[in-house]
Amino acid sequence: MSKYFRRKLFIYVLTFFLAVTIDWLIPRFMPGNPIQVLIARANLKAESAKVVYSYYMRAFGLDVPIWNQYANFWNALFHGDFGTSLWLFPQPVIKIILRAVPYDILLLLPAILLSWFAGNKFGAFAARSKWLDNTVSPLGYVLTATPYMWLGMLLAWTFGIVLRVLPFSGAYSYALMPTLSWIFIWSLLEHWILPFVSLFMVMFGGWAIGMRNMIIYELEADYSHYLETLGAPRRLIRRYAFRNALLPQITGLALQLGVIVAGALVTEIVFSYPGIGYLILQAIQNHDYFLLQGCFLFVIIGVLLANLAIDVTYVLVDPRTRTGMQGER
Amino acid sequence: MTQQKKRREFAYFALRNNKLRIGVAIVFLFMVLALVGPWLTHYKPREFVAPGAQHPSSQFWMGTTSLGEDVFTQFVYGLRATFIVGLLGGGLGTLIGILIGFVAGYRGGMVDELLNMFTNIVLVIPSLVVLLIIAAYLEVRGFLFESLFIGFFAWPWAARAIRAQTFSLRSREFVDLARLSGMKPLRTIVTEIAPNMMSYLLLVFILQFGGAILTAATLDFIGLGPTNAVSLGLMMNNAVIWGALILGMWWWFIPPGLAITAIVGALYVTNVGLDEVFNPKLREM
Repeated sequence: MSKYFRRKLFIYVLTFFLAVTIDWLIPRFMPGNPIQVLIARANLKAESAKVVYSYYMRAFGLDVPIWNQYANFWNALFHGDFGTSLWLFPQPVIKIILRAVPYDILLLLPAILLSWFAGNKFGAFAARSKWLDNTVSPLGYVLTATPYMWLGMLLAWTFGIVLRVLPFSGAYSYALMPTLSWIFIWSLLEHWILPFVSLFMVMFGGWAIGMRNMIIYELEADYSHYLETLGAPRRLIRRYAFRNALLPQITGLALQLGVIVAGALVTEIVFSYPGIGYLILQAIQNHDYFLLQGCFLFVIIGVLLANLAIDVTYVLVDPRTRTGMQGER
Repeated sequence: MTQQKKRREFAYFALRNNKLRIGVAIVFLFMVLALVGPWLTHYKPREFVAPGAQHPSSQFWMGTTSLGEDVFTQFVYGLRATFIVGLLGGGLGTLIGILIGFVAGYRGGMVDELLNMFTNIVLVIPSLVVLLIIAAYLEVRGFLFESLFIGFFAWPWAARAIRAQTFSLRSREFVDLARLSGMKPLRTIVTEIAPNMMSYLLLVFILQFGGAILTAATLDFIGLGPTNAVSLGLMMNNAVIWGALILGMWWWFIPPGLAITAIVGALYVTNVGLDEVFNPKLREM
């Protein structure tokens, strides 16, 4: 088991190292001079352009040798220094991001977990039951093929504009200040429903389809046929099949994390939900590259942590990994 | 003889598989529309053709945008872009996946170990975020750039799946025989292993195709797609920016998303249909 974790941890540390390196490399080795581009885009006057240029040179630390720059980058990182935002000058990037993270957790954690459970349950029901299969499966395929932002737009339009029952912009009413009151919590909940539902639905489709297919494979496996010939009740066979089919679904969750994150980013953009996705859009629109790079690192860190959590779950669920029979996920 | 019989058997099941028929029909329909669409309209996608925000009518089949552009024209040009990105991005993703999967699975040992590690690293990094940060720094972006970069980050799961398949085929008798008769590794892979995985590789390509379309749509929606081009994702981006939701201009944002959903959904359904054709165990339903 410890070998399994050591391998995983090694991969994650290496990934983090690589991600930070990419984060450092991109602004420096892109075609053209990004600093000139930044200044050109900002439409500054000549004198202020000069000041901004020297600010950027210092801020990126471009006036020292290249290896020194790389070391400085890491050093700053470990001190939680992600630079200063240009969009919300002079707030440090880390502060802006940390303000957005709770909304991401609020949105993503329930959406991922609930859709995973519900999708697996429904998919398992659908397998080998003609009528459910003919309704749940097509629905699942449509949902999993839906672009996240489009479902978000449909929901926002239907419930926000046509029916006028739910708000679809922001994380709470713009008239309120964040306080610990019932009105605020109610407003928070109201604004949370639509983005949550749109994330939930797309993911639900994928899990339901995956589980349905897995169960069919498992019901065709030798152990299922053996149980059948022994005269075991159908319920029991299906329960065994479900438990076996769950393992690839846990792995699937890890594989899907990247897609889920991408989906969450655009969903937040549709609903102006102030998480990291919304920040990324603001950063791009305002040419705030420090903020963009900070968001990039935060997303990577989040994905790595989630992967780690999934690995731990896998070990808890699958006894084979504990005895070291299966090092590979 | 047996090969031919097998092929005929596949054709028999392929023609009778409803999922396959529906899926292929939908993809084909949109492909035709993408091909002939630009001839059905006499506007350019970015041309001002009428005062903005018109409902769909006989003149403007899908209405006009707030900027007075014809939505139908943008739609068909966007469809073209969607297929190009899917084909190129999905193709490249499949190709890299095949390359790494075959080498890792056939070679084994240290090579496998290293490639596996590399695959796992790229797998963990959320590709869209990397694409985003690269695209944000580029002034001018083209379809080729977008497709290639999507392909460069989409291959890991394919490589893993193909590696596993190759690994199990490697120890079969006919591969051993080829190796014993002194066949070179590359030839063994091409003539002995690959033909036995053709159906599987086709499935991988279809999924990569769909995935590339969705990734491109996401990237375009954030506003980091190709510059000076029309795409379905960009249409949705414009619709949100210009307040199509609040103004109730459903004709602007429903067609592009619907097309993506239909195409990708049809690809997935085709995939399942093909799986049933190739895998007899799944047929009885």
